[in-house]
Amino acid sequence: MTVGLFVPCYVDQFYPKAAIATLELLEKLGVKVCFPERQTCCGQPMANSGFAHLTQACDELFTKSFADFDYIVCPSGSCALHLKDHLHSSKHPEKAKQIQLKIYELVEFLVDVLKVQDLEARFPYKVGLHQSCHGLRGLKLAQMSELVAPAFSKPLQLLSMVEELEMVTLSRKDECCGFGGTFCVAEEAVSVKMGKDRVADHIANGATYITGVDLSCLMHMEGILKRQGSEVQIIHIAEILNAS
Amino acid sequence: MKVNMVTSRERILKAVKANQPNFVSFADINIPQSTEDLPNKFALALRNVGGNFVELDHLQEVENYINENFKQGGRVLSSIPELLKFNGLDVIDTDPHSLANVELAVLRADIAVAENGACWLPEVNTLQRVLPFIAQHLILLVSIKAFVPTMHQAYEIIGRDAYGYGVFIAGPSKTADIEQSLVLGAHGPRSMTVCLVNEWAT
Amino acid sequence: MKDHSELSAIFNADEQRVNWHDETLWWIRQKRDKAVKTLPEWELLRENASQIKQHTLSNLSAYLEQFEAKALANGVKVHWAANAAEHNEIVLSILKRNGINRMVKSKSMLTEECHLNTFLENNGIEVIDSDLGERIVQLAKEPPSHIVLPCIHKKKEEIGELFHEHLGTPVGEADPQVLTEAARQDLRNVFLTRRAALTGVNFAVAETGEMVICTNEGNADMGAHLADVHIASMGIEKLVPQRRHLGVFLRLLARSATGQPITTYSSHLRTPRSGQQMHIILVDNGRSQQLGRESFRNSLKCIRCGACMNTCPVYRKSGGHSYQYTISGPIGSILAPNLDMKKHADLPFASTLCGSCTNVCPVKIDIHNQLYQWRQELVSAGYVDAKKKWGMKAMSFLFAHPSLFSWAGKVGRRLMTAAPYLFNNKLNPWYNQREMPSAAKQSFREWYKQRAKNES
Repeated sequence: MTVGLFVPCYVDQFYPKAAIATLELLEKLGVKVCFPERQTCCGQPMANSGFAHLTQACDELFTKSFADFDYIVCPSGSCALHLKDHLHSSKHPEKAKQIQLKIYELVEFLVDVLKVQDLEARFPYKVGLHQSCHGLRGLKLAQMSELVAPAFSKPLQLLSMVEELEMVTLSRKDECCGFGGTFCVAEEAVSVKMGKDRVADHIANGATYITGVDLSCLMHMEGILKRQGSEVQIIHIAEILNAS
Repeated sequence: MKVNMVTSRERILKAVKANQPNFVSFADINIPQSTEDLPNKFALALRNVGGNFVELDHLQEVENYINENFKQGGRVLSSIPELLKFNGLDVIDTDPHSLANVELAVLRADIAVAENGACWLPEVNTLQRVLPFIAQHLILLVSIKAFVPTMHQAYEIIGRDAYGYGVFIAGPSKTADIEQSLVLGAHGPRSMTVCLVNEWAT
Repeated sequence: MKDHSELSAIFNADEQRVNWHDETLWWIRQKRDKAVKTLPEWELLRENASQIKQHTLSNLSAYLEQFEAKALANGVKVHWAANAAEHNEIVLSILKRNGINRMVKSKSMLTEECHLNTFLENNGIEVIDSDLGERIVQLAKEPPSHIVLPCIHKKKEEIGELFHEHLGTPVGEADPQVLTEAARQDLRNVFLTRRAALTGVNFAVAETGEMVICTNEGNADMGAHLADVHIASMGIEKLVPQRRHLGVFLRLLARSATGQPITTYSSHLRTPRSGQQMHIILVDNGRSQQLGRESFRNSLKCIRCGACMNTCPVYRKSGGHSYQYTISGPIGSILAPNLDMKKHADLPFASTLCGSCTNVCPVKIDIHNQLYQWRQELVSAGYVDAKKKWGMKAMSFLFAHPSLFSWAGKVGRRLMTAAPYLFNNKLNPWYNQREMPSAAKQSFREWYKQRAKNES
């Protein structure tokens, strides 16, 4: 099995540690991982702003870079969801369709494909889980609070395998943080207020780290935490699952 | 602006016809419901929406109940022939405005829905459509046969009944429009009591 | 005209008030959760309701004709209005014909959509809204900020002031119980003296020609059953095929709206009462057009419960008035552009696409996907500003060229370290209330290359 690692553009540039942790974690679990060098972005920033028609070149590039892998794994729920829902190639329509079936967000890959039962990880801190919306309601990584359906959570399933980690309970367990792509600047006031309220929930419940499957949300909350001078840090779930 | 109703009707229907998607059918659902303990479930649901629930053995006890629980001397109207003292059958054809001073209406409900505390009154049970709303207080009498688990069973019973008007009532009139503070007695009855009359052959 | 973002910024100037607004609506979302979680069949009901509406929309022209025929046979006068102006003219003509210049009205979002009150007032007709929340916003000369909770943005002290001014309650009186009683006394007199009552319609049944009106206050019934003339305004999408389908919708509506198991009153009106005139106005006003928009037609399934507003964090933290459309929040943002793309181009962007709206919708409208789709259509139609367009073009060019992308990334990160003032300034809306992420010394791709080199 060879996995193509897709590292979202901003993760590559700002949060390489999360990508490194993803790679190391997968390798630790015996997966052969390859990082195609010509990858850039999933196209979501344009598409969510209404410019889906400008993503063709991006889509073609993605299709070309990733078509030959057994699986594609991405440490971002929202990028994975975008590709699953919207990747389209006019040059290689079949290949694009195949990619949509074999692309996974990291957590769902670990749980659903690798069926990870235990991890050698230790993270002796109090952690709050931010349920990024696209991972939650798009990829259904956990049960959504709105539905009348049995509870489950893939991220919590994995985090429960980490030694000495203590999860905190939030008062609003799956409310949006207000990042929302270009929303975070176009609707700055509401975006920041949403972020402040999310961060406050984690802090009030004693978290020292806020984790999640999407660094975009975490980046937004980090910006707020830092401005507040808070000691609370953000950390991608891959870094916890890979921590020792 | 001249309003040409024939034209608008045709324009709307034509546009709808042109724009509606291809015909799709759907399957009705049948959700099995327990019929156990319905009066208690009903009572709980009704109390949760601000209503009262009482059980009386005979229709004759209703008058006592009213005397003990409502202020004396107010105008009381009932559609139930056995409640002779409160007979309101003569208001059926009067001006509904003449009911403005009614203190209490005592009416029969045909169906009591356990899931939500709602009671069904077809027009014939109301004396006047406005009565269950304009009265300061409302008592609905039901027999043990009236209870159903959910709205689905209620509509099965209502069936194709050709009422001119009918209403489900669940509790007293209420509002929470001011800062979500619940206030009973918005425009309609300030209290609503459902009275199960155990030995009532209706 | 200010857009949603600018109005939200103004709303957010008072953070305590935003917290209060947010918490009030979140409480209603929690009540909704509690109510729906008592029904194991909840998801099945939603699916069934969605299918019934899908079917109804697919056969709407026939159902409209069936409804009309039945209503006429029931002794109801049926009118058709292609748009808001026609609707308003019809109401006016009914009132004029009956020599009526004062009317009481219960809650009807359709009449808000048609701006009926202003029209009638300009034509010498006095209209009094009888729903308490609607009455409050009417006295305040504001539009409702929420379709189910019209004055959810108002504090009781502000309502107390309004009532002091208009209803003569004591200065400083802000007890909801006392204020509601004052409104009850005042409006009871209105109900008893108005010869015409206008109501909305929650559901209409094609099979029987009857309509169903749901209220908690009983105001629609007080108005309709005392008036000589009852006018009911309904959108053409309000139909359900058969009476028994009401069971499904009445189980969903109030639980979704407020967490009640059913509204206090669910009134079924089939015929006028003896001696009374009953009119039904069937209003299109853009609905047939929305029916033709494949991506957006199922927005017509909406039963106006308001659950999408209560759950929407953007709505809770920006307030209903920031949407500048009768129906605010997520559902309004997919209905409004249908009527005027240019005017409402900001609304589909007033969302993070978090998807909570879609999950609470009792008729399973895929609201957030439609918001995404509206964005595409609005951009294609040219309703976004040129600056954004060029930015997006530049971005897509960058992402299409991997070597340029890694070069730009490297330069950008170096700049952030060497010249942070380029990013940390007032022109950058990110930086206004958030720190920029720190630039990594090495991108992942640089690290990956180096590792490969080290290993070889």
